[in-house]
Amino acid sequence: MSDCEPLAALLPIQLTVNGQHHLLQLPPWLTLLDLLRDQLDLVGTRKGCDHGQCGACTVLRNGRRVNACLTLAVMCDGDTLTTIEGVAQGGTLHPLQQAFIRHDAFQCGYCTPGQICSALGLASEGRAHTRDEIREGMSGNLCRCGAYSNITAAVEEALPLMNGQGGCRP
Amino acid sequence: MNLPQPSNGQPLDRIDGPAKVTGTARYAGEYPAPGLLHGSVVGSPIARGSVRAIDCSAALAVPGVIAVLHHQNRPPMAGDDAPYQDADAADGQPFRPLFNDQVLYSGQPLALVVAQTLELARYAGTLVRIEIDEQPHQTDLLCAFDQAHDAPVELPKPRGDFASAYAQAPFKVDATYSTPVEHHNPMEPHASTVIYQDDGSLLVHDKTQGTQNSQDYLVQVFNLPKDRVRVRAAYVGGAFGSGLRPQYQLVLATMAALNLKRSVRVSLTRQQMFTFGYRPRTVQRLRLAADAQGRLQAIHHEAIAQTSRFEDFTEHVVEWSGMLYRCDNVAMAYKLVPLDVYTPLDMRAPGAALGLIGLECAMDELARQVGMDPLALRRVNFTDINGNEGKPYSSKALLACYDQGAAVFGWHRREARPRCRCEGHELIGWGMAGGAWEAMQMKASARARLDSEGHLWVGSATTDIGTGTYTVMTQIAADAASMAVSDVTFELGDSALPTAPLQGGSFTVSSVGSAVRQVCQLLRGALVKAAKAQYPALAGEAPERFVVREGKLWVGDSGYALDTILQGHALEVKVDAEPSARRQGFATATHSAVFVEVRVDEALGTVRVTRVVSAIAAGRVINPKTARSQILGGVVWGLGMALQEHTQTDHGLGRFMNHNLAEYHMPVNADIGDIEVIFVDEPDDIVNELGSKGVGEIGIIGVAAAVANAVQHATGRRMRDFPLTVDKLLAD
Repeated sequence: MSDCEPLAALLPIQLTVNGQHHLLQLPPWLTLLDLLRDQLDLVGTRKGCDHGQCGACTVLRNGRRVNACLTLAVMCDGDTLTTIEGVAQGGTLHPLQQAFIRHDAFQCGYCTPGQICSALGLASEGRAHTRDEIREGMSGNLCRCGAYSNITAAVEEALPLMNGQGGCRP
Repeated sequence: MNLPQPSNGQPLDRIDGPAKVTGTARYAGEYPAPGLLHGSVVGSPIARGSVRAIDCSAALAVPGVIAVLHHQNRPPMAGDDAPYQDADAADGQPFRPLFNDQVLYSGQPLALVVAQTLELARYAGTLVRIEIDEQPHQTDLLCAFDQAHDAPVELPKPRGDFASAYAQAPFKVDATYSTPVEHHNPMEPHASTVIYQDDGSLLVHDKTQGTQNSQDYLVQVFNLPKDRVRVRAAYVGGAFGSGLRPQYQLVLATMAALNLKRSVRVSLTRQQMFTFGYRPRTVQRLRLAADAQGRLQAIHHEAIAQTSRFEDFTEHVVEWSGMLYRCDNVAMAYKLVPLDVYTPLDMRAPGAALGLIGLECAMDELARQVGMDPLALRRVNFTDINGNEGKPYSSKALLACYDQGAAVFGWHRREARPRCRCEGHELIGWGMAGGAWEAMQMKASARARLDSEGHLWVGSATTDIGTGTYTVMTQIAADAASMAVSDVTFELGDSALPTAPLQGGSFTVSSVGSAVRQVCQLLRGALVKAAKAQYPALAGEAPERFVVREGKLWVGDSGYALDTILQGHALEVKVDAEPSARRQGFATATHSAVFVEVRVDEALGTVRVTRVVSAIAAGRVINPKTARSQILGGVVWGLGMALQEHTQTDHGLGRFMNHNLAEYHMPVNADIGDIEVIFVDEPDDIVNELGSKGVGEIGIIGVAAAVANAVQHATGRRMRDFPLTVDKLLAD
């Protein structure tokens, strides 16, 4: 290993992830995704492309859905983040998680955390009122297993239970 | 105590559901290890040549970089071909990562940078200077037909006399169809975490469809004792065939771990997911002939596909044309063209997904020639004998697929004339196609252990790539042991478990499921025998009256503590299951009929698939919920094949150009309309003891042809070059 100086100074960052406060010293190039996966061991946020093309890394940043791979960790100073590990309340699954299981809205499960976080974000945006709007609003999250019909069904069922949203018209 | 409700046939929620919706399921690249190092792969930018020099000095100067491995400084690895030949190897000389200076394809790994963090490894990778003496390359199948050779497979012998039957028949089709290179692109990129244990042995978390295949490969390539390598794959983030062969990240991570005596992870980037196997580009020519009643008189199916220069990849592309319909004059041909590319790889319904495009588009064209409804033409040509083998099918409920699929779709309302329906800017077309896939069974082993608390642990070294293996094996085990599903745990994804075949080809339920059933029946029999030996009053009780629940063996209302029967020990048995002997003399296959509705906007060149009905004959369905999901996924794949998926090559550079998920188009949620799945009743006590044929492949087969047929119905245009993208729809 080289004994040269580090490439860049570390930056002090504080953020809250799933209710837990973190004080961190981070290199400026670290993405939020790699911070979550490699440093905080929150691997439920998945890396499918690292280019903002697949949505597997979707998390909620101050309540809004973002691609963690396109977000530098140092941009999140002072932010509140929710990852898939923070969606269930203790041992009780969120109604959306229950709906995903009931509707078999996943197969391999790799995109699932991103799908769920994305649907939570979609619900709070208040833009999805019909099945077609759910399909459109969930289209930033690829599912190679092709579970789309079941994802749509799960989101449609759970929407009224999320953030006081109204029901979904077929 | 009542007998438990049978679990087979019930739509049980996935056992692994909670782990997957909470993010706690860990995939291969997600296991931590003390002092874990990260590897980043440096690939070749050119398609053919030899490495003249590698300069790693700048990379090694980056603080935190530990090593750069390449062909000149790698640890020893096998030199012969045989150690690299895995359970799914193609004919030829397997690719050997970092073995020597030869560059065989663009993207080939040439170096591995190992660093303390992923970012450092990736950055340092950009500093590795590789000089390559470039040689001319050829990557274009269409420009190299003169290089074609017969594929090293045994095709069915020609039957009858194709040439004269074709010449004499009144109705003919002679059409050529082309399909592109496609990539699997599972959402989880390939990754291997090699944990270097205190005793120097390796615990490997690999993305694979066969832990024992990866284990055997590492043992052979690095000359390691088998008991020093354990490969696990608890969860696999999709594979679709891409995990059937050990991929190069496994070799590189292991090489680095052995060299550095440290734990190493190598995860491929999405771009690097385009640097190994794929579905090969093909050109297929179909010649069909029929009499005035639509009866097939002659079939000729020839396919030409690309392969690499080092291996001949083969799959069953043309055989289906001799299996699906009755025809006395059939001939086939299958050729390969070696190019400066990586070897193709089995990809969901390998061969069939391609061959049924040719056959089922040609059948649609033939129906138009004869003036018959496309579904009626298929009914006329139904056969319950596999003409290739001259054997009857163990079951073939394809007519039921036609009937039920057509009824649900409303096919009887279809007007034959193209361009007959229009709504707003869109022309509406209806098309259909049939499908077939072999129902195979392999050898498989399983073990079962009943602990004295009454929990049953069943295991086999298979995987669950999203197919539902955890769940259906639990159901099969529970029923065979007369226990509740909640009292059973199925373990998989570990090379230390009893031998299982690769997970692929839709044969996991038939193979591993049979072993699981047998081992649980055996265990139950041993338990009952032990109980009868201890309690003479039970001697006359019929075996099926015994139930295990709440730590007791029950007969009616009398419970006997397992702890006492088993004398404090667990009861453990193992079974090596063979394919069912009853299969001899029969052909076995799944079948399907798929109906689609498309809406085509000719001004924009867009095609939307608004409705799909997929009717499936796959024997007995163990879990209708997870089986339906398999078919839904297959249909989505078929729609991608029809309309979107196309890995494009810049033949001047010899390199894939759209190697990312923004430009390699695959279906997104908004692309998918209503899909209805029907499982028709198909009793089959020959195919295997479960009567279940597997559903992983059949859903995709025929879908792309049905879409093309529907586009023809909508627009009057026959499109034969897949995928049917906007540029082709707008072209004159």
